[in-house]
Parts: sequence; structure tokens; C-alpha cells
Amino acid sequence: MTSIKQLPYEEYFLAGNGSCPGCGLTIGLRNVLKALGKNVYMVVPASCSSVVQSPFPNSSATVPLLNTPFAASAAAASGMVRALKIMGKDAVVMVWAGDGGTFDIGLATVSGAAERNEDLLYICYDNEAYMNTGGHRSSATPLGTFTGTTPTGKRENKKNVPLIMAAHGIPYVATASIAFVTDLYDKIMKAKDMKGFRYIQIYSPCTPGWLLPTEKSVESAKLAVQTGIYPLFEIEGGIFKISAPSKAYLKKEKRKPLHDYFKIQGRFKHLKEEHIKLIEQWIDQMNEEYAALDGKKIF
Amino acid sequence: MSIIEDKKSLSNVKVVTANEAVALAVKCAKVDVGGAYPISPQTSIMEYLTKYIETENIPMEIVRVESEHSAMAVAMGAAAVGARAFTATASQGLLYMAEMVYWVGSSRLPVVMAITSRAMGAPWILGNEHTDVLLPREWGWMVLFPEDNQEVFDTIIQAYKLADTTLVPVVVGLDGFILSHTTMPISIPDQSIIDNFIPKNTPKPYALNTEDPFTHGNAVHSNLYLEFRHNIFKTIEDSEDLVDEIDKEWSKLTGRSYGGVIEEFLLDDAEVAVLVMGASSGDAKEAAKKVREKYGIKAGVIRLRSIRPFPVKRLSKIAQKVKAIGVFDRNMSPGLGGMIATEVKFALYDLKNRPIVQSYIGGLGGKDVKIADFENILVELKEMVDGKREVEKVKWVGLDLAAIEKFLEEV
Repeated sequence: MTSIKQLPYEEYFLAGNGSCPGCGLTIGLRNVLKALGKNVYMVVPASCSSVVQSPFPNSSATVPLLNTPFAASAAAASGMVRALKIMGKDAVVMVWAGDGGTFDIGLATVSGAAERNEDLLYICYDNEAYMNTGGHRSSATPLGTFTGTTPTGKRENKKNVPLIMAAHGIPYVATASIAFVTDLYDKIMKAKDMKGFRYIQIYSPCTPGWLLPTEKSVESAKLAVQTGIYPLFEIEGGIFKISAPSKAYLKKEKRKPLHDYFKIQGRFKHLKEEHIKLIEQWIDQMNEEYAALDGKKIF
Repeated sequence: MSIIEDKKSLSNVKVVTANEAVALAVKCAKVDVGGAYPISPQTSIMEYLTKYIETENIPMEIVRVESEHSAMAVAMGAAAVGARAFTATASQGLLYMAEMVYWVGSSRLPVVMAITSRAMGAPWILGNEHTDVLLPREWGWMVLFPEDNQEVFDTIIQAYKLADTTLVPVVVGLDGFILSHTTMPISIPDQSIIDNFIPKNTPKPYALNTEDPFTHGNAVHSNLYLEFRHNIFKTIEDSEDLVDEIDKEWSKLTGRSYGGVIEEFLLDDAEVAVLVMGASSGDAKEAAKKVREKYGIKAGVIRLRSIRPFPVKRLSKIAQKVKAIGVFDRNMSPGLGGMIATEVKFALYDLKNRPIVQSYIGGLGGKDVKIADFENILVELKEMVDGKREVEKVKWVGLDLAAIEKFLEEV
């Protein structure tokens, strides 16, 4: 495992970009690009990333970047990767999309590209709602969460897109977190050298959208793993494996109280004890299922 | 020169549908990447292409996507890195694709798309109509409309020349079923002629690359957007001569010329003319000859080959000669008139001695339009010139308001 001291000094997504203080996506993208280096093409659908990359003529990305409409990124990246292949150019094509562009409007497109096993790296930075557009709920929004369109809390569970992606039989699926940078870095490094469709979903806090104090961004990401609400895992060649940062928290007694996670985020402020119990039940069930899957070939 | 006279290329004559002509042209254009999603009457274009690739070892990537939106996204992603890209659609498919079509137009990526014209629902309808082909004229694309299968092949090749030169993507419209599923002989030029006509190794400063990285399509300040739009407007406006030149250059190489932006048929001495697009032009030409013979009416045909650029210059010249133009639109702008008639009026309004322009709408959803209908139009136009008939905002061809009632009684 790479240690934090071994991460490259080079920066490919520059400072001075338009992101909010404490923004999860830029922490994620900064480290993803450290792993990928210069030989990468980025494809970005409508999302916060369309904005934070900075307006014309500036760009914080030091790699070629194609902006696309919301649902188009996996298909545009497919066209790009096929073009590079036929032109004899060897490079990584990476989609960098939000959860709305992945879980909702782009799901058919992502599924299409995965079914074709296009040779691209698809990364979803998951901030659990339409954070660039008023903070509406998405199908990535967890149960109970306050958003712009769930003012009394969301009634439905988060959609399990990593498992949907794994069901396509693609070579690599992983969840990662901006709080566990070296785990993220290693997953990107692993995916970088693979062929075919690779899906990585990164937990990325949104400070204004989550009503989260700037300085609590990384802390909330850490707690998401430690409370078991966002387990980190890999599905490589169909084999499910819980990642090191989440290993201990598969056991209920090791998990930190959910309350610690909820209390620092305004989006959970309205939750009553009975709601938290319901969510806890869901987390228990999910972790039990993941513990049972650990090490097994599931697809 | 007809293909029978063109003995040298007889070995390259194939009897094909217009859809196969499109696929052959895409193969000959050495397109790198195509996005494929089925919709009638376009479907067989991509079937032919995939067959060439898999049986003839053609170096082209076809991405068999899950929607038309993605088919255009594939073309966009490929074009953005400098590859030659193609896709095809029709009707509902174009509507589903619309967001990407607009984005590609505004991105100035030289994609070529074939649209096999078809009416749009509801209700479900397969028949021919030109509304779909005309929509991208508002979306930053050039729009060309050939008349027969040979011209379909030639126009696809010309479209790549036009797109590569202007960095504006090009739609090639062709009449659904009437051409797409009808076989005709076409002559295919030597590959070297096509390679020289549309070389692939031209500089592509817009192409994303890792050596000199830049960003496509990031946010722009409102104060600059107008200027970007104006640039697209001017490029398309200024391309009228270019469409003529490309056609002339092609004619020097192949012996086939189509008149550039407009094919002028019997217009030299014409008093009245019907303006028409695509396969119906053949019927309109027959009608012009017939009314000359039958009634001595000096009739001609303005076959609109280029909808964008809209041939304002050429049309103005023609309008100096003729006294009445009947614009036959196989499309409509609801409540107003034919889409092309509206544009013809806009184009000619500033002329001092402008001709009568009568909008005719017909053939929607594949309803039959006959030679006699065009004869009737030409006769009516003559009557308007002679002051014996009023010009109306819109005249409908083949409209029978009792048709639905009658049909219900029959069944």
C-alpha cells in the first residue's frame, strides 16, 4: 500500500479553481490525477466539475478535457477511446462524473458503455445529491436526508450503483473515499493499468450542500467509513473484497455511533431517534451482507 | 454525364439503395468512428457499415450504443480528438438525440450525420416528411438534401469536405423509404479521387491531445456567448459559395454536378417555378415539362440542395427572373406555413421587385404527392401572376378534411 509520503508532488488539477473550501470533489480529483499522470483524457458531464474547472479561457485541468451534456459522458468517452485506438494513441480516457450524471440521467449511458466493456475508467464522485443545481435529491441520496426536494427527509434508500455496475461483469469496481487518500490512490493505480470498463465511486462531501462546516469535510468522510454507512470495497474479476479502511467496521461493535456522523451535517439535523434507528437497521443489514460476500465471487 | 456514358467507371457501378450508398460513402470517406443505434428508415445504413467492417476488414470503429443521444455523443468524443466521425438517425431518434446535436454544432466539430427523413409521432408514423431533416438547421449544422442515390453518395463525400473546411457539422438528408429503400445504380469513383478530395491528415488545431492539453466546452461568460454564436452564424452564412465550389470541384473529378446550393431546372426563361427538396424534385421537373407542353406556361424548378447555408444570393438572382415561386414544403411550422417558405420570404423580402411567394404544404407523413399536384401548383402560380388567383398564406396539397370521417365509415 502506498503511504501518504509516497504520493507524487506533481499537481495536475491546479489550485485557484472555482471549488468551495473543503470541497470533496477537488480533493478526490487532485489525487486521482496524481495517480493517472499526464497521459489522460478527461470527459466531464454537467456537474460541479463543469464549474470548478474555471470558465473560459482558464482551466484548472492540465490534461485535455472534454465537457459534455449531462447524460453523454460514458458515450462520448467511448467514442474518444475508440478514436484514440484507431489513431494508434495510447492514453487513459477517464470520465469524471457526479452522482446525478451517473446514478440517474446517465445510468443508461454508463450501463451501455459497461456492457460493451469500453476501455475506459469511469469515476463517479458521489456527493449524494444534485449539489451543483440547488441540491435536489438524487438516487444517490441516502435514506432520511434533507435535500432541496426532500425537505422532510428522503423516503428511499440509496441506489447501489457499484453492485449494478459489477453485475455487468466488468473487470473492476471499487468504492473509495477522499478521507482515505492512499486507498483511493492505490485503487486508481490498479484500475489505470487494467483494460476494459472500470468503475470507481468516490465518497465526496459537499460542504454547502450538506450544511457541513468547511473544516469537517474530511472528518465526515472518515466517519462515513467508520460508522459503516459507506463501506469501501473492490470487486475485481467479480470477487468482492472489503477494503482495509472498512475491514474493522464490518462488525457492528467496532462501528462508531451514527450520531457522530449525523451531528456534524445539517442535512441530517431533522432526524429523530426513530429515523436514526431505521437507518441503523439498513446499515447493519448492508454490512452483514457485505461481510458475507467478502472474498467471494459474486458476479 | 450519366453512369452509362461513364464507361471508365463502369466497373465501379453498384445497384444499391440510398442507405447502402450512404454506407459506401462513409467507407470511402475512411471514417474512423461511428455511433450506431437503430431507427427506421435509417437502420440498414449501420447494418451495411458493420458488415463492411466485419467482412472486409475496414479500419473503422462502430460503437453500438444504447440510444441516439449516445450515438451522437460517440461521434462527438471521436471528433474531439481529431477522428473522422459519422452517425445516422431519423424522426424520433433525432429528437432524442437533439441535445447532443446542438452541442456538437456549437462545439464546431466536423461530424457528418445522415438523416433518412421520416415524420414524427404521435401518432406512430413511418412515412416520409422533411421536418426532422430541417430541425438541425437551427442547431448550428449545415444541412444538405440530395435528390437520388448517386447524389446521396456524392453529397456524403462533399459533406466531409464542407465540414472539414468550415468546422461546422453537416446533415445530409435523404427521403426516407422513397430513396432509403429504393435501389438505383450508382458510380463509385476511384478511392484515390476521394482520398485527395477529403484528405484526413489536415491540421486539426481543435483536436484534444495530451502534448498540448486544453479544454473543450467549459463555461463561458454571458458577455462572450453572443460572439461565439455570431461566429457560427457568419461561418454558415458565408458558406454559400463554398457549397457551390465544392460541387464544382467534385464535378471536375467525377463529371457529376448538382448545381451547388440550388439545382436550376428550366429556369432560364421561367415565369413560375416550384421550389422543392429531395426525391420529389423528379416529379416537379416532370410537371414543369408537362405544363410547358400542355399550356405553354414557362415553368421551372428550383431544387433546394442546401438549406444551411440558406442560398440567399442564388435565390435572389433567380427571384429577379421569375414572377412567382411556389414553395412546396413536406414539413410545416404549425400555424404559420412551410418552414422553407418562411425562409424564402425572409430571404427575398428586401428585393425591390420580389416575386410572389406561395407556401404549399403537403406530403406529410408520407401522403402521396403526384406529378399532377406539381402541375396544379405551377398552373396556380401562373394564375396568380396573371391576377386571376389570390395568393394565400398557405395552401395545402392533397388535404381532404373528410378523409378521417370517410376512413372510419369504411372500417
